[in-house]
Amino acid sequence: MNEPALDFHASVNRGGFRLRLRLTVGAGELLAVLGPNGSGKSTLLRAIAGLAPIAEGRITLHGRVLDDVQASVLIRADARRVGMVFQDSRLFEHLRVIDNVAYAPRTRGASRSSARATAQSWLDRLGIGDLAGRRSRELSGGQAQRVAIARAFASDPAILLLDEPFAALDVQTRAAMQTELSRLLESFAGPAVLVTHDPLEALILADRIAVIENGRLVQQGTPAEITARPLTPYVAGVVGTNLYRACSSPARGVVQVQGGGQFHTDTELSAAPLLVALRPSAVTVHGRRPTEAVNVWCGMIESLRAVGDRVRLDVEARPRVCVDVSTGTVAELGLAAGVQIWLSANPVDVSVYPVPNEDHSTVTKSMSSSTARSSEASTSQ
Amino acid sequence: MSTPPLLIPPAAIGAAFLLLPTVGLLIRVPWSGLREIFADSGVTQALRLSIQCSLSAAGISLVLGVPLAWVLARSRLPFTQILRAGVALPLVLPPVAGGVALYLAFGRFGVLGQYLDRWFGFTLPFTTNGVIAAETFVSMPFLVVAVEGALRGAGHAQEEAAATLGASPARVFWTVTVPAVAPSIVSGLVLCWARALGEFGATITFNGSLAGVTKTMPIAVSQALEDSPQAAEALSLVLLLIALAVLVGLRQRWLHAVSA
Repeated sequence: MNEPALDFHASVNRGGFRLRLRLTVGAGELLAVLGPNGSGKSTLLRAIAGLAPIAEGRITLHGRVLDDVQASVLIRADARRVGMVFQDSRLFEHLRVIDNVAYAPRTRGASRSSARATAQSWLDRLGIGDLAGRRSRELSGGQAQRVAIARAFASDPAILLLDEPFAALDVQTRAAMQTELSRLLESFAGPAVLVTHDPLEALILADRIAVIENGRLVQQGTPAEITARPLTPYVAGVVGTNLYRACSSPARGVVQVQGGGQFHTDTELSAAPLLVALRPSAVTVHGRRPTEAVNVWCGMIESLRAVGDRVRLDVEARPRVCVDVSTGTVAELGLAAGVQIWLSANPVDVSVYPVPNEDHSTVTKSMSSSTARSSEASTSQ
Repeated sequence: MSTPPLLIPPAAIGAAFLLLPTVGLLIRVPWSGLREIFADSGVTQALRLSIQCSLSAAGISLVLGVPLAWVLARSRLPFTQILRAGVALPLVLPPVAGGVALYLAFGRFGVLGQYLDRWFGFTLPFTTNGVIAAETFVSMPFLVVAVEGALRGAGHAQEEAAATLGASPARVFWTVTVPAVAPSIVSGLVLCWARALGEFGATITFNGSLAGVTKTMPIAVSQALEDSPQAAEALSLVLLLIALAVLVGLRQRWLHAVSA
């Protein structure tokens, strides 16, 4: 990636909570920010938009400083040219749909007719040109969100900020809107940040995913990297895989799982603390102890639930594991809660990787030390 | 749910108590002599003065009250709690005490009034401006409270959206905030005007009763009751009709906004 279009390197206080991280987004790139509720995702967007003040650090967009605490630069929200889509649409109820979308062009001084022409073309692109004369309360949730997206695009934004835009929609509408959004983004030149707690949405739409927990960046990478090597239990949960902390054992090709259990693996091992990821579908269930498998352990089924056309077993074992089996297997082996089973996993599927040096934490460290230096400098002046 | 029988008698008595005086007024009003009464210059004078002063008070309340409501609802200035209580005080303060307080502030020897008098030769009490001041004092809180409630409840989210669309704070205020709370502004304004129209205690305490200058309808009614009760009844009828018109107007369009 060249020079990032958005460079967010700041901390934001919200109540007793602090968001503190560095993120960059390239031009034309869609970064999905994934995280549990209360992790600071929306706060991040609000800070970029200028709706929440940052406590330290700086934000630049296309090389222009939006917010810089040390340099006392603060560009007001209305001068940042952000196109923001909120979860709750936030349409202007006293205006018709067309005038909602024409609001930004009007604000920039366009004549009523040219602003409406711009608005109409965006409504048409979103397939809702016939709703132009409606009031916002006459719209369904999906329609309102389309209008909100049209309104954001019509403001000719330098960056798009999408705050869980589809969270309030039903599954079908959501899927249609996701497709539509990715089509619109193809012709959008600026960076885009999509906040979501829907992992599937992030995997489908994003070029890159950043995972935030407790106001910290815990992992970022392409959807493929995130699914293959989750770094925290939360990430493992959203991508639906088993994750274990482990360390290498004296025996060659064997890792010792924290809390008990071990795996044989084909991966080259280092001495550093390790993580082990194991997909639920890569585990095989047996009624009796298998003779030929390498990784074999036993456990007791705690619960079963249907996931699509598969059944997910939660198995109490060492190590504890989630397993996906077919309904046929459930019937064949008579699987039920409380039943004792044998498990096996092919070493090829046991993905082992080191716990990374938390490079983002060193970045924030350097940020705080530079802040400290500058405050020393200002007191000595 | 069916109504508990125990509640019916007190409810009926309460309703009768509230409705009977109005019915009595309508029965006893000297319908045949109305034309004659309204031909009396004193009556029309009081009516005109009342309309003029109450509209002025409502206008001043609008211009000052909406910004005040915004500050109370949105600003993070210190002491807003205390300010809010102070602003709401005229709602519960007996109007006569309000009149006395106005006199102590704006009277010729008042805290502020003495300077107005000394420097500008401007006096409020016993003038039509004094009536407007008294009516504004008593009625503006109605508007402020109604608009503040609306500003708290709604609009903030839309204001943020407008800011991201490039609207300056002033443009946000005029194109988003004001339209969002317009129903509450209208209902607050009507309530405020109705209160100003009926204002008696503070007005007479602060301004006395000078025909054509400070003698508004309510004051005229109370004085007419002594020497020409029929005129008092006719004037009360006018006030009743105005009140009914306000009620109907609010009910149809704006009352829901006040309760919200």
